[in-house]
Amino acid sequence: MTFLGVAMGNGLLIKDVSVLTFPNGLGKQVDILVEDGLLKRIEPGLSAGGAEVVDASGCVAAPGLIEIHAHLREPGMEYKEDVSSGSRAAACGGYTAVFCMPNTEPAIDNSAVAEYVFDRGVDEGLCMVLPHGAITRGRKGQTLAPMGEMGNCRAGVIGFSDDGSPVGDSEIMRRAMEYARTMNALIISHSEEESLSAGGQMNEGYYSTFLGLRGIPAEAEQIGVFRDICLAEKTSARLHLAHISTAGSVELVRTAKRRGLPVTCEAAPHHFCLNDSELMAYDTNMKMNPPLRSQKDVEALLDGFADGTIDVIATDHAPHAPHEKDTEFDRAEFGVVGLETCLALVVTRLVEPGVLSLAEAIDKLTAKPAGIMRMERWNYRPVVEEGAPANLVIFNPGLEWTIDSSAFKSRARNTPYDGWKVRGKVLHTVFKGRLVVRDAELVNGPKGAATGQAQSVDADTARSAERKASTAAPRPGD
Amino acid sequence: MSDDNGSHRHLLSISDLEKEDIMHLLDSARSFAEVSTRPVKKVPALRGRTIVNLFMEPSTRTRMSFELAAKRLSADVINFSSSTSSLSKGESLKDTGKTIVAMGMDAVVIRHKSAGAPHMLTGWVDCSVINAGDGMHEHPTQALLDLYTMREWLGGLDGLKVAIVGDIDHSRVARSNIHALRKVGGEVLLVAPRSLLPEKVEEMGVHTTGSIDEALEWCDVLYLLRIQLERVDESRFPSLREYTLQYGLTQTRWSRLARKPLVMHPGPMNRGVEIAAAVADEVEPVITGQVAAGVAVRMAVLYDVLGGSHG
Repeated sequence: MTFLGVAMGNGLLIKDVSVLTFPNGLGKQVDILVEDGLLKRIEPGLSAGGAEVVDASGCVAAPGLIEIHAHLREPGMEYKEDVSSGSRAAACGGYTAVFCMPNTEPAIDNSAVAEYVFDRGVDEGLCMVLPHGAITRGRKGQTLAPMGEMGNCRAGVIGFSDDGSPVGDSEIMRRAMEYARTMNALIISHSEEESLSAGGQMNEGYYSTFLGLRGIPAEAEQIGVFRDICLAEKTSARLHLAHISTAGSVELVRTAKRRGLPVTCEAAPHHFCLNDSELMAYDTNMKMNPPLRSQKDVEALLDGFADGTIDVIATDHAPHAPHEKDTEFDRAEFGVVGLETCLALVVTRLVEPGVLSLAEAIDKLTAKPAGIMRMERWNYRPVVEEGAPANLVIFNPGLEWTIDSSAFKSRARNTPYDGWKVRGKVLHTVFKGRLVVRDAELVNGPKGAATGQAQSVDADTARSAERKASTAAPRPGD
Repeated sequence: MSDDNGSHRHLLSISDLEKEDIMHLLDSARSFAEVSTRPVKKVPALRGRTIVNLFMEPSTRTRMSFELAAKRLSADVINFSSSTSSLSKGESLKDTGKTIVAMGMDAVVIRHKSAGAPHMLTGWVDCSVINAGDGMHEHPTQALLDLYTMREWLGGLDGLKVAIVGDIDHSRVARSNIHALRKVGGEVLLVAPRSLLPEKVEEMGVHTTGSIDEALEWCDVLYLLRIQLERVDESRFPSLREYTLQYGLTQTRWSRLARKPLVMHPGPMNRGVEIAAAVADEVEPVITGQVAAGVAVRMAVLYDVLGGSHG
């Protein structure tokens, strides 16, 4: 809201920040004026007027991060996480959009569940929550889920995945890709040959032999990746490979891209920060699927980032309750949380060692996932420029801090990084023009007020407001 | 022996031990072995201490051996055995362990199907933990009694050539013996088809071969593992008949050896499968010697872990 050009109430002025653009990198210090959900002006020396001022000296402003692969557990497993706690974790991690996987209970395999999850995200108002839909009904791998219905519903689903499990039957995967292609949807593949990985607890190799834990061979992933690339080539469907973790997978994707196939992929921080030697103490927070791989695989992922083979950094945020991790190794659930640690790990393990420039790294957390998920459909533009929607992460790339799981906003604590000293701290997050995180803490305020403001562009809210406006009798003094 | 914050000593795996620890336990076991030859087979070393045998996987021999060892040291022993079916009803080891230890235990002897379970138990209970076999990981007291037996029969361990034959992949006995033998200066040759060897096992400092005949020519000790029929269903090998032909210690193989190795087996033997019945009869004294050594070694371990004083 503005009055005679002066920001009133909802304005926000971010002072002395360096804007990060791809591929140029950091610009000189400027101020960013946010108004009406937009980046109104970006230039040095802006005056605050009535706007709330955030001193961001030493900080970088980048487009809000986009998580393409999270498990928010709602509906059905709210004891692990829900859209509320997941949104809070995401906002504190610098994310302004989170795509969540459909392995919920019930699965997100129809428009009703998809809209439920989408609406829960709107209610929370801390970031966009956009569900991926299941490829098959109930994620059972047997019959196709209604992709068209999910695509056309309010949640606008375009990514489909049975993540958590592969689609084991190659014929069904082929038909799913053909069907998805017709509606220009994306298949997100959890690629795994389960006959090779069944019963596996960790990467197969010297350490699984030493620890006596059943191994998951790299080939289980690579056979799945190769099959899915073959089917993508046959069907011309767009394929995005989730959480690739092995040297062989990186090479398969590299070759596919060289041949011009419509294939993209992501890798997770734990797969480039940790290797399978970390399991020597049977720490179940090191247990995930795909598992932590060998150091050789870690190095191949770094090469894959550096040469652009790996498009996206996605956390595969997989919250679990304490009792599901504090148990015998082979009873413990697979998965680690990632939303609140990703940016720091990227800065510390990719940017500072020189694997990626900061701009390249942020590109893999913003523009790349936005492109794959065609986020222009939501008028979501991952850029920091005048006139763009105001979705920002403001972080200090040099600030050292210690990861403390007890401070997580996520309901879950299953992180392998507790106590790690890292650099790169998210300080402020702006979502739809509203400061949702300030000084690394959620901005408190009445939830209704927050969502009402943040979601003013939401169509249904707008329509109901119109209805009220047209039917209510005008009262003096209003 | 790992020392957990200086508060409790544990025996979780052979890989944690130094050579000196192993030799100390073997020496200690030799002096405890004498106790079992007395008319009154009991010393008061652990009087007043309470030990629980927490066996969450079927076991008779190891549990009896631990129980006997504890009783010969005058410790009080209780046994918690759980059929796999009742345990799989959802009670976690954490809860079971905490409940039992809350009754005032000084040590838990644990057998569990999950690799790493004893290791994790140390984080949940405030007492000593002794691994009596965890999944495919380790069975440290078995390796100690095996070393004890080798030393008793052959005089020393340094430079000893030991061939281990069979399903190495699923064998915690093999893993513990590999660690133990490597630490005391032995050489280890694994004899199995590749389908029964774990990935990259050579990195544990062993050699491998597919030929038992080659191993028989080479070894001082032939250590046979029990082969299980269910591995046929997992396509690890085609049939017991073929296993016997390829890897069994048959009468023919045994007879033609000029220099016969010490034959050992963790028991129970599958006569006619990994070892011919007649050969089993011939080597029986060594294998029953392993069982007797088991009690002495476990007395040494309990004594060491609980830090009792000789009475």
